[in-house]
Amino acid sequence: MMELLQILQQAGQDLLGPAWLPVWTIVKIMVIVLPIMGGVAYLTLAERKVLGWMQVRPGPNRVGYWGLLQPIADGIKLLMKEVIIPEKSNKFLFLAAPVLALAPALAAWAVIPFFDGGALANVNAGLLYILAMTSLGVYGIIIAGWASNSKYAFLGALRSSAQIVSYELAMGFALVCVLLAAQSMNLGDIVRGQQSEYGLLGWYFIPLFPMFVVYFLAGVAETNRAPFDLAEDESAIVAGFHTEYSGMGFALFFLAEYANMILIAALTSVMFLGGWLNPFHGWPLIGGLTDAVPGLLWMLGKMSIFLFLFLWFRATFPRYRYDQLMRLGWKVFIPLTLIWVVVVAAWMQTPLWVW
Amino acid sequence: MNFETILFYIFAALTVLAALRVITARNPMHAVLFLVLAFISSSGIWLLLEAEFLAMTLVLVYVGAVMVLFLFVVMMLDINLERLREGFWRWLPFGAVLAGLMVFQMVWVLGGIDSIGGIEAVKHAADYSNTKELGRLIYTDYVYAFELAAVLLLIAMVAAIALTLRRRKDARSQNVGDQVAVKRDDRVRIVKMQSEKPVGGHPSASKE
Repeated sequence: MMELLQILQQAGQDLLGPAWLPVWTIVKIMVIVLPIMGGVAYLTLAERKVLGWMQVRPGPNRVGYWGLLQPIADGIKLLMKEVIIPEKSNKFLFLAAPVLALAPALAAWAVIPFFDGGALANVNAGLLYILAMTSLGVYGIIIAGWASNSKYAFLGALRSSAQIVSYELAMGFALVCVLLAAQSMNLGDIVRGQQSEYGLLGWYFIPLFPMFVVYFLAGVAETNRAPFDLAEDESAIVAGFHTEYSGMGFALFFLAEYANMILIAALTSVMFLGGWLNPFHGWPLIGGLTDAVPGLLWMLGKMSIFLFLFLWFRATFPRYRYDQLMRLGWKVFIPLTLIWVVVVAAWMQTPLWVW
Repeated sequence: MNFETILFYIFAALTVLAALRVITARNPMHAVLFLVLAFISSSGIWLLLEAEFLAMTLVLVYVGAVMVLFLFVVMMLDINLERLREGFWRWLPFGAVLAGLMVFQMVWVLGGIDSIGGIEAVKHAADYSNTKELGRLIYTDYVYAFELAAVLLLIAMVAAIALTLRRRKDARSQNVGDQVAVKRDDRVRIVKMQSEKPVGGHPSASKE
């Protein structure tokens, strides 16, 4: 496999010379983005199926065998629909908002390592880059809400911006704990720091368990998913920030939301569940048997667990009230993470720190 | 002219243009968005200087948090555009003089007029980590200044909260602790009863 890549690289160099680097980078970007788009499409199907089963009904099962072509049909439907631009909206920003929502969601994938050395960019400040990119996603929502010139969209945008800014703090502190533990901001090094002879006992979810929970819940809030989906709260403000969007504009918001869900799942796996590492590495018998499984599969498996949790939460919990949401963010998560940063920093100086 | 130089000129032009639009844009919302653009392109320039920590922090703190709150406020304010713009030309010379003074000061601090154009960005080895260097400086040589700045910010934060905090007597709130501590028995009473009544038990039941 690696030799094949080498040969391909060499041939490309000879053929295109200096133009080869951008071409090769675009190929690599495609290799990451296209599966994400496919993942988003089938995550919507999975969501509807899982919600269906949890509510004792079959879910979509008419388009294609077992409903497998449903996402494609939905995509075609949204593509064919008319994009309606409200009369008194700000047209440029109205059309730019969905792009601003989707672009950071995809840009953040540049530093995610899918297997050992399998990241588009091996950035030293990878963790900061992730935080910076995920914090940009809120602009799409705010601008959409403002440019629509609609009360519901505006209320949704206000709710969303306050929510995302509040939960970002808790998220940031949780990540500070991770980088303390790993002593690196490079996502690849963070995963390598979790490698040990005891398999999953070496992963950071054990010493940083409260941070693991806080990070994932803050992630659910950041992606505006149930039970924290107050930005689109259909029982109170119609559809929140994307009330006025139809057709492809709506589809782009949808893509951004699901791409963000997959991103949070990937990040939680990388930071707390050892990314591409084998959970049974070094264990008698089972360790030897499972070491042959490629890292990419472990990574995808861990991501699927979190994606299932997203869907499970949606099926289980009623929506938070806005003041409850703010209380959880500011009075529970932020003090908890602040204290745990100090605890981890002190713990690391003692011989009791074995990770 | 190599690729990095071209990138620098693109980012620099974007920064200057966006900064100009911040003060000339008619709509305050657009002005804030241009300010965001100016921040992002200056973070691009910092990235070219291998200052990745500063670049990312600029995006994270200013674009991701501060400007979001700016937008939040600007969106909700009822701004009278005409009143805001009156006197623009009258104050322009004053502002220009101030700006010129600031440029002069900056050039002075950065090594005098002579060295303009002669400043070479320092190149580092691949394993050089700007973040690590910055951390080392902040927590060793400049630790007092850093702590002072932190305490100053903390005081500002406490003061801002203290100034805006007011307790209203008529405000109602819930005690979340009580809500969480609720047991099932406090809210629901399970009544045991038979699903069917025995035939002939009541005269009214048998009368169909």
